[in-house]
Amino acid sequence: MMSTRAKILVDEQAIKARHGAIYVAGRQQTINLFLLVAALLLGLILGLASLNIKWVAVLSGFSKLGDFIYFMIPPSTGTWAKFGVYAYALAETLAIALLGVLLAALFAFPFGFLAAKNVVPNWLLHFFTRRFLDSVRGVDELIWALIWVGVVGLGPFAGVLALVCSNFGAFGKLFSEAIEVADKRPIEGVVSAGGNGTQRIAFGIIPQIFPVIAGQVLYYFESNTRSATIIGIVGAGGIGLHLAEQIRTLEYQHVSAIILMILVLVAAIDHVSTKLRFAIIGNSGQVH
Amino acid sequence: MAAITPNALPGSLAPDRLSFLDGAYKAAVSAKRRQTWLGLALLLFAALVASVVAEVRPVTFADNVFRFFSYFGRIFTLENGASVFTDPAEWFWGLNKWLVLLWETIVIAYVGTLIGAIFGFVLCFLASANLVKSPWIRLGAKRFLELCRTVPELVFALIFVTSFGLGPLPGVLAIAIHTMGALGKLFSEVVENISMQPVEGVSAAGGSWTQTVRFAVVPQVMSNFLSYTLLRFEINVRGAAVMGFVGAGGIGQDLVEAIRKFYYSDVSALLILIIITVMLIDTGTERLRHAVIGLDQGK
Repeated sequence: MMSTRAKILVDEQAIKARHGAIYVAGRQQTINLFLLVAALLLGLILGLASLNIKWVAVLSGFSKLGDFIYFMIPPSTGTWAKFGVYAYALAETLAIALLGVLLAALFAFPFGFLAAKNVVPNWLLHFFTRRFLDSVRGVDELIWALIWVGVVGLGPFAGVLALVCSNFGAFGKLFSEAIEVADKRPIEGVVSAGGNGTQRIAFGIIPQIFPVIAGQVLYYFESNTRSATIIGIVGAGGIGLHLAEQIRTLEYQHVSAIILMILVLVAAIDHVSTKLRFAIIGNSGQVH
Repeated sequence: MAAITPNALPGSLAPDRLSFLDGAYKAAVSAKRRQTWLGLALLLFAALVASVVAEVRPVTFADNVFRFFSYFGRIFTLENGASVFTDPAEWFWGLNKWLVLLWETIVIAYVGTLIGAIFGFVLCFLASANLVKSPWIRLGAKRFLELCRTVPELVFALIFVTSFGLGPLPGVLAIAIHTMGALGKLFSEVVENISMQPVEGVSAAGGSWTQTVRFAVVPQVMSNFLSYTLLRFEINVRGAAVMGFVGAGGIGQDLVEAIRKFYYSDVSALLILIIITVMLIDTGTERLRHAVIGLDQGK
């Protein structure tokens, strides 16, 4: 008995003759895809070769990593007192994230208008505001944290300031984009009713962009909770300090306990903020 | 808001009707206002609690904030006191060494992104509700991806440094694992939104699960996957630039040393190099992404 495939392919030559264009296009696509994958893999191999990795050390490294994971189970903080210390550090992390987002949103708000083409027609001012925000954004939050630790000393306050700086750049850009895509008609309505510049912004633009901004702020709160967990590595407060210390002193069970606590916190924050986002703005507030 | 006086509107509704509507409008608006104020009050309260926990010290801040601004003055000053712009050769004295490290940073990001994308590609199909009926496999894959993307890269890097030693390998592995988690989730969301007709077509023609994925799913999602991977590469270049903070290779090692040891002009030189690299990579990948998306729409 013939398989379905064989039955269909009896007529293969005739099909090819009839639909030649499709066959050629398909072959070309396969060749393109193959070339792309080959190029990417070649880059991977060359890249790995250029990194001077000692492959003998890698094997022993994996066995050490296996030990590390083996010793991590079960997670434990040893004493409840230690658990309390970590829990407070987690609260600190959360506080850093919240303040970092709120203050950055406050400061970035006016800059968003300055960087928006439809509010500030002066391209020079607009250009420099944009480049300024880009530069602020280009510096990683860990670098900001190191700088702020030098200014206000070790502790969570430096972490707050670091997150304010890195969020400020991102918010300025996001807000200005939200303002630029705002519908012109409400603004024209305010103008036609005799509204001045401030009224144009307050009644024409802000009601439109508010839901977008609220969604972005909440989204950044989620992502900042994650970044605030590592900012302690350079001494800027939060759980990161403890985590780095426990990893360096090979307290495996503490490490896994802290990671577990972070996972729970992040999951809880994600859950709450997703709910809030939907409550405030409905489906329109999804950040893409 | 000024109250509407009924007799100010000639030829309008009867006064009692108008005052009823006015009252209803005010009630509706004031309910909304109350809600807004309540929300703001809650937010303010949360911010106050947070500022106590995070040890916010406005006085210390006010006393020391000048250091922050003077820092930017200092990093643009050479050791001999002159501005860096007077002697660019002295400012970028280590350019050759730094370019090598920057290249290493980009390679770490590239290799990490690619390895992560390959594993994310494999796992995303297992985490997609429309392709995998078994909830155990699906939820297992989902939770695993979640774990990989919630633990920050630097934490992975710290752990890997203790087992593999200092060098770029821990950085590559950390980025690969984090990328796998992040891309695996994004990929599976793309897969869950595909049109199911080609899938049904291939299954109806007797295709196995792998054949279904290869011929019905992959052609639909490829351009989106490429676009997300390019975006991730951008993010990973930034991530790789700080991997050196924990000894996991790249330019971060030199940067953290310059900051900690107060080699002021080196700090600004390194920051400028990093920012320029990040901007170049951003622009390049943005072009590529538009090309990829355009390719898809041109079909």
